[in-house]
Amino acid sequence: MTEFLMPSLGADMEAGTLVEWKKKPGDQLKPGDIIAEVETQKGLIEIEVFEAGILEDYLIEEGDKVPVGAPMAKLKSEGTPGKIPEKDSETHPIQEKEQATESEGPVPSDSISEETSSKEKSSEEKHRIKASPLARSIAEKNNVDLTSLTGTGEGGAITKADVEQAMAGEKETPKQSPETTAVKDTVEKKAEQETPSKQVMEPPAPSSKPGQQESIRAAVAAAMSRSNREIPHYYLEKKIDMLAAMSWLKDTNRQREISGRLLPAVLFIKAVAKAIDSTPALNAVWDNGLQLKNEVNIGFVISLRAGGLLVPAIRNADTKNVDEIMTALNDMIPRARALKLRSSELSDSTITITSLGENGAEKVFGVIYPPQVAIVGFGSIVNEPLVHDGMLAVRPVLHVTLAGDHRATDGLTGSRFLEALNNHLQNPEKL
Amino acid sequence: MSETIKITYREALKAGIREALFNDERVFLMGEDVGRYGGAFAVSKGLLEEFGEDRIMDVPLSEAGFVGAGIGASLAGLKPIVEVMTVNFAMLPMDQIANNAATLLHMSGGQLNVPVVIRMSAGIGKQLAAQHSHSWEPLFAHIPGLIVVSVGTHEDARGMLSTALNSPDPVIIFEYTSMLNMEAEIPADSGPTDISRAKIRREGKDISIITYGIGVYKALEAAKRLSEQGIDAEVIDLRVLRPLDEDCFIKSVSKTHRALLVEEAWSTINVSSEVSARIMEKAFYELDAPVKRLGGIEVPIPYPLHLENASVPQVEDIENAVIKILRP
Amino acid sequence: METKDKLSAEKAEKLLYQLLLMRKFEEKSAELYTKEKIRGFLHLYIGEEAVATGVIQALKPEDNVLGTYREHAHALARDVDAGAIMAEMYGKQEGCSRGRGGSMHIFDKEKNFFGGSAIVGGHLPLATGMALASKKLKKDNITVCFFGEGAAAEGIFHEALNLASLWKVPVLFVCENNLYAMGTALRFSHAVQEIEKKGQAYGIESKAVDGMDLLKVMAAANKAVEQVRNSGEPYLLVCNTYRFRAHSMFDAELYRKKSEVEKWKKRDPIPKFRKYLLKENLISETQLQEMEERLETEIQKAVDFAEAGTWEAKEELTRFVYSENPES
Repeated sequence: MTEFLMPSLGADMEAGTLVEWKKKPGDQLKPGDIIAEVETQKGLIEIEVFEAGILEDYLIEEGDKVPVGAPMAKLKSEGTPGKIPEKDSETHPIQEKEQATESEGPVPSDSISEETSSKEKSSEEKHRIKASPLARSIAEKNNVDLTSLTGTGEGGAITKADVEQAMAGEKETPKQSPETTAVKDTVEKKAEQETPSKQVMEPPAPSSKPGQQESIRAAVAAAMSRSNREIPHYYLEKKIDMLAAMSWLKDTNRQREISGRLLPAVLFIKAVAKAIDSTPALNAVWDNGLQLKNEVNIGFVISLRAGGLLVPAIRNADTKNVDEIMTALNDMIPRARALKLRSSELSDSTITITSLGENGAEKVFGVIYPPQVAIVGFGSIVNEPLVHDGMLAVRPVLHVTLAGDHRATDGLTGSRFLEALNNHLQNPEKL
Repeated sequence: MSETIKITYREALKAGIREALFNDERVFLMGEDVGRYGGAFAVSKGLLEEFGEDRIMDVPLSEAGFVGAGIGASLAGLKPIVEVMTVNFAMLPMDQIANNAATLLHMSGGQLNVPVVIRMSAGIGKQLAAQHSHSWEPLFAHIPGLIVVSVGTHEDARGMLSTALNSPDPVIIFEYTSMLNMEAEIPADSGPTDISRAKIRREGKDISIITYGIGVYKALEAAKRLSEQGIDAEVIDLRVLRPLDEDCFIKSVSKTHRALLVEEAWSTINVSSEVSARIMEKAFYELDAPVKRLGGIEVPIPYPLHLENASVPQVEDIENAVIKILRP
Repeated sequence: METKDKLSAEKAEKLLYQLLLMRKFEEKSAELYTKEKIRGFLHLYIGEEAVATGVIQALKPEDNVLGTYREHAHALARDVDAGAIMAEMYGKQEGCSRGRGGSMHIFDKEKNFFGGSAIVGGHLPLATGMALASKKLKKDNITVCFFGEGAAAEGIFHEALNLASLWKVPVLFVCENNLYAMGTALRFSHAVQEIEKKGQAYGIESKAVDGMDLLKVMAAANKAVEQVRNSGEPYLLVCNTYRFRAHSMFDAELYRKKSEVEKWKKRDPIPKFRKYLLKENLISETQLQEMEERLETEIQKAVDFAEAGTWEAKEELTRFVYSENPES
């Protein structure tokens, strides 16, 4: 006794609907006989038998839909048909394996998800921190707490350099990782558009750590030595009557809140920015020749309390008004002292101003910050006897100096610049 | 240092073909206009006179037919170099390549080798517009069973063919029309190219620029400019796009911790997509910045020069992308 | 040249055995398919056996044979082991293509049997190319390529024939015109329904023959093969035939009438040949009885061999994508 099964006629056939029996119980069957018609998704198909025998009984009725392999009829076989093990008598090795894994007891699917969720919880904190995979793995190996770091990578992501920086800081190692220096150097120069020299006066990172001060000192030393070594300086000095400027400042400040009051330095910066107009050769860098700069970014020397100095730039000072310049200074000076400047601020300047402020020396002769070609020095404003309208009078006087790179410009250019500067300071309301 | 010779990319390709014809009687070149015309790009000029019609066969415009015939000839003991004038016509014989060349060894359970070499010129750069500017390397690199190589340098232009002809498996060689007239110095005795390995064309430590084909010289130029700014970029010429020499670029990225992937093919599902995925899989914890891709802009290549140039990465783009990765 | 007048008893018996083996082997295959022993596509040749038998008997062992995805009979005619074919259809590694190909990709390099191609028309240029190799290597073997009339509507058919004629290479194209390309009748797919005219258009000698009559096919094939071998030029032999079975297993045959099938079944080439042999006293009833038993045994042996075959280890999945022995 065998069963006649719903045949599989294609890998995409899953079931068939019996439309019509073509043989009756008791009928003699021979191979090739059509036993039934079955409706499939491809249409009506005649189903043939491959064994001789007698149809004993139907197991399904016309109209029934049964899956492939389901018994349709009972057959009484005849003779010795070819031996073909039925499908289910043999298990396909692949299926076998799959079944084995499936049935291997309670596979800990629950415990997996538990584990995952607990892991997620414990590292939830970590996941919120943006850090490169490499930074993460270095931090993990060295027990560096990523939450305490500020990232300098894309979108503020913590990079390898940031982690190494933190590690170096803990060990009080003054040096940055060489990689960071190199990389920052180069990219900054790119941003500065082909400024060729090494950017040395840059704090290693925006977080203040012991050791950084030393490196700033070292950076200043390197830059100034280089300047002295490479740049043939010439010096000019001009006395400027500051009465008009100081009176204007006094009047202006009287009408302002304390927080909005202007410092003389604002006038110096603005006047320099305007004076450069007539002598653009001073707003430039020297790189195998003079290269003029389109923007006027005035570097303003800020002395650090612990020694050393930083020169952040006031960008586009020529297009900013005095209030905007004051705002910039107010923002920059405290950040500079906390070593929290952005690296771009330290690399953009095209000419430098050094101003000693109140109670300082009367004159300052600057050392040019390479690769720039000029530095303007402002002494403290002091009352001095001065000839005014043919009469000797005591007036507030400012000694302004210019140190110029003699490769780039000559004294005449410098002199013109100082004269222009004077004119601007005489008309403070126009600044 | 051995002697060098100055050679154009075209001459280097021709030298490769000539050597192959000399070295093995079973080698012959077939393709549209390879004989009497001298090659659509004059690569095979003079070879007909030198080797005769039996070795340099002009064929009709029947890309599927003659590529199929080349595959058949390779099944039966010959070593054909089949030239498909440009990759732009390669969809016609694609069935032969994908369904025959790539499958016969497998379908026959290892019985049949298909030692055919199919050369195609590719790439953009001559204002040939949308139908003649394809960078379809990724389509071929998608297919297991093919070896897909890209000739990014003059040395490889000369050395790649002989290795390809020694392969028992089908090799698709991409050559670049826009480089044909470029001159370069190569060692006078430059030998066969290893087509199982990528090549580090410039060593560096700050970033890995991974590219192939036209991208190689562009990346090298960008690396040169970057070095003037103190950035030390490594340039990898993938050279073989399938099977990829993963070891090479994984090692490199593990060293530099950053990767920029450059190619002319449209970015969606190109070779860089695969390289990027493998970096994620094999070197994720070495990454200090996200992997960046510079690929072709997703547009049929337009005719005007400025738009054409804007369609694929240029040296400046590579330079800027590197800077952006290093200085976010 | 062998004609029916010269048919020896020995050869007659061999031919009949071959016809019956094809028929019964495929009937068994159909059964095994319904029992899910054979999967994928299964295309049966039942009704067309005189074509493969008649053409392949005219060949020498060194001649190349290429077939379609309906090629079990051709492989059997080429003396590929029935057990190895059955094991191949089971997907067992003892199969002639290590189980990698299945029903549509029967290969046996030893027997110069090159598949088993399942892209309609895709193997035609391979045949042209193999014949080109014979010509270039100065071998005197020929290449025979079977294909259906459906393939004659493909562009590649025209390219392959044109190239074969242009190059004058020894290839015999055998069109098995069974009137249906899957379910689309000849009259719905060809403007000119005499396929032989398409060969003539390319300057190829072309003949049509009744493919339901073994003796006629043999006569035509003997002549064609002899001509190809002597002239070294291509030949197109169109065998008009009919498949009694559906296109593949899963086919409701909506496209043709049962009466049409029944009409063609009356022209079944096997009873016809059997009757002829009995009439000519080339075979006896006893021999026929004995032949039935031998067939039964051979087919059971093939099934047993396939059943006893083993599955290739999953670890070997990626074999045969590239050559394992890179010296070609």
